[in-house]
Amino acid sequence: MAERPYGLIAAFDSTGELMHAAELVRDAGYRKWDCITPFPVHGIDKSMGLARSRVPRISLVGGITGFCTGMSMIWYMDRFDYPISVGGKPFFSPLFAFPVSYELTILFTAFATIGGMFFLNGLPMHYHPVLNYENIRRATDDRFFIVIERADPRFDPANTRALLEKAGGKEIVEISS
Amino acid sequence: MSHATEQADAPAILQEVNPAVKPRAVMVGHNRSFTWITDKICGIAEEKTPTWWWVCFAMASFVASFTVGGIIYLVSTGVGVWGHRSPVNWAWDIVNFVFWIGIGHAGTLISAILCLLRQKWRTSINRSAEAMTIFAVVCAGIFPVFHIGRVWYAWFLFPLANSNEIWQNYRSPLEWDVFAVSTYGTVSVLFWYVGMIPDLATMRDRFAAAGKMIKARLYGIFAMGWRGSSRHWSNYEMAYLILAGISTPLVLSVHTIVSFDFAVSLLPGWHTTIFPPYFVAGAIFSGFGMVLTLVLPLRAVYKLEDLVTQYHIDCMCKVILATGTMVGYAYAMEFFIAWYSSNPYESFAFINRAFGPYWWAYFIMVSCNVVTPQFFWFKSVRENTMLVWILALFVNVGMWFERFVIIGTSLARDFLPTSWGYYSPSVVEIFTFFGTFGVFSVLFLLFVRFLPIMAIAELKAVTPQADPHAHNTGGGHG
Repeated sequence: MAERPYGLIAAFDSTGELMHAAELVRDAGYRKWDCITPFPVHGIDKSMGLARSRVPRISLVGGITGFCTGMSMIWYMDRFDYPISVGGKPFFSPLFAFPVSYELTILFTAFATIGGMFFLNGLPMHYHPVLNYENIRRATDDRFFIVIERADPRFDPANTRALLEKAGGKEIVEISS
Repeated sequence: MSHATEQADAPAILQEVNPAVKPRAVMVGHNRSFTWITDKICGIAEEKTPTWWWVCFAMASFVASFTVGGIIYLVSTGVGVWGHRSPVNWAWDIVNFVFWIGIGHAGTLISAILCLLRQKWRTSINRSAEAMTIFAVVCAGIFPVFHIGRVWYAWFLFPLANSNEIWQNYRSPLEWDVFAVSTYGTVSVLFWYVGMIPDLATMRDRFAAAGKMIKARLYGIFAMGWRGSSRHWSNYEMAYLILAGISTPLVLSVHTIVSFDFAVSLLPGWHTTIFPPYFVAGAIFSGFGMVLTLVLPLRAVYKLEDLVTQYHIDCMCKVILATGTMVGYAYAMEFFIAWYSSNPYESFAFINRAFGPYWWAYFIMVSCNVVTPQFFWFKSVRENTMLVWILALFVNVGMWFERFVIIGTSLARDFLPTSWGYYSPSVVEIFTFFGTFGVFSVLFLLFVRFLPIMAIAELKAVTPQADPHAHNTGGGHG
């Protein structure tokens, strides 16, 4: 069984070089590729042609759910299920239900945001072909990488390598899947 | 071009306005490289456990045992072992609760509000400040939970069906507090953890490279398989921004609701609309005091002067100065309103605060909270690290006394002079509170030993060489 490589990886020394290379790869029309960086590089989204993150939509759903949960929970408990008169105050009012609903809005938004981020990123994922590359540990230290997947329709071992070379990539190697 | 002809007899107007260039504050001293930052922060958790750590840990554990002992005695005997008796049925426990919660607030302020305001100086202190928040909430939670008396019924606070089939009373600010504090604790832990994922991945990779596979696995599990993908960073940064966005109203609401515990009651001295903003300012004030108390020794021990620079200390001192002055304004305004309202009970409550039986506590409060921060007007004071640390300790003391003054004086002087009393804490209460400093220190020492104490990825992102347009000249164009 011949080992099918996952793709090609190239290393870069600075954020400037990485940005420039990312623009070239984007303009060459690749879709299945990625930059691997030790910190979020400012402006890389644009150089890679990434769309705006969809996390906020999930957060919004979480927040609305939280607020409705708070209001309906308090209405159900104190007005519907077991009303008790305390100091002649109304059994339900959105005013006194507000602080708890507000906190639940924030709590649910936080869970939705983090859950959404993990879901969109496909994490946790403890095995990934990129992690097979022995120098990849420098991606969490001081080095920048571009990976182009073999699964990309435009991928061609020779041409893709040439593109990465032209972009200034160093140590271009194949990584196993 | 008409400019050329106008130039001869041009009025005294500049052709072009060149605003004075203010030098950008250096976030990482000595232009350190990415690798230096990684080595420095990870090295703290990787090195052999230093002797001072064991000494501090032993001392902290000893102090923490006072809380454990106090709580065991309380649970086995009854809540009467605390010094509460009519008219003061609520004193040190709520004082300590508000004190610890308030300390936590600076952590969230640094991580959330300063993130939204794009204050880059937050990066080197946010991780430890967030850890401080979580540990402070743990300490705060001890007091109300054990004041219940029968602590095994603490779950009655939450909307869980119980055998009495009675639900919680959502008209009470104490129930709001349950939700506020538990949400605050949860969101703080989530925020802290999410911020740490890339740094845990860094530690995973370093342990793997060093051949320590068990540690690499352990850190790897919590790093979630993070690999630094830019597609991930895009979602991650958005999620982090949203978390900062929701933590900001959260932190303001938590201390507002804590202040509602008092403000919604009808007692003179508590029933005031100034309480929410006044409590929030006080919380931030005390929290920054605690951040300085913790960060300055860490900076000295681990030689982190290039990461926590004089600029960072300056910023923190100025926040303390600003919030301390706000707190001072609130003290004065309370007195003014007490007089202006012509309410004799209100006036009495405030005159009694300053000149009544608790005058000494009031005096400590004002001198620590209003006078102490004024020293931070002076650059020479802000540059004297030892002095800053001592002043920060005074801030901590002062804010504890503020809560004591507010709570103690209003309760001890009831509406009926026949029920007036004087509250003194019992030994059990003193031990329990003293011990929480140990609990806090134990947790903080464990954090320092095992986790990245600074946000490595965020620190790298604020260095000049991280700017893709700088071409390594050492200065960005922002």
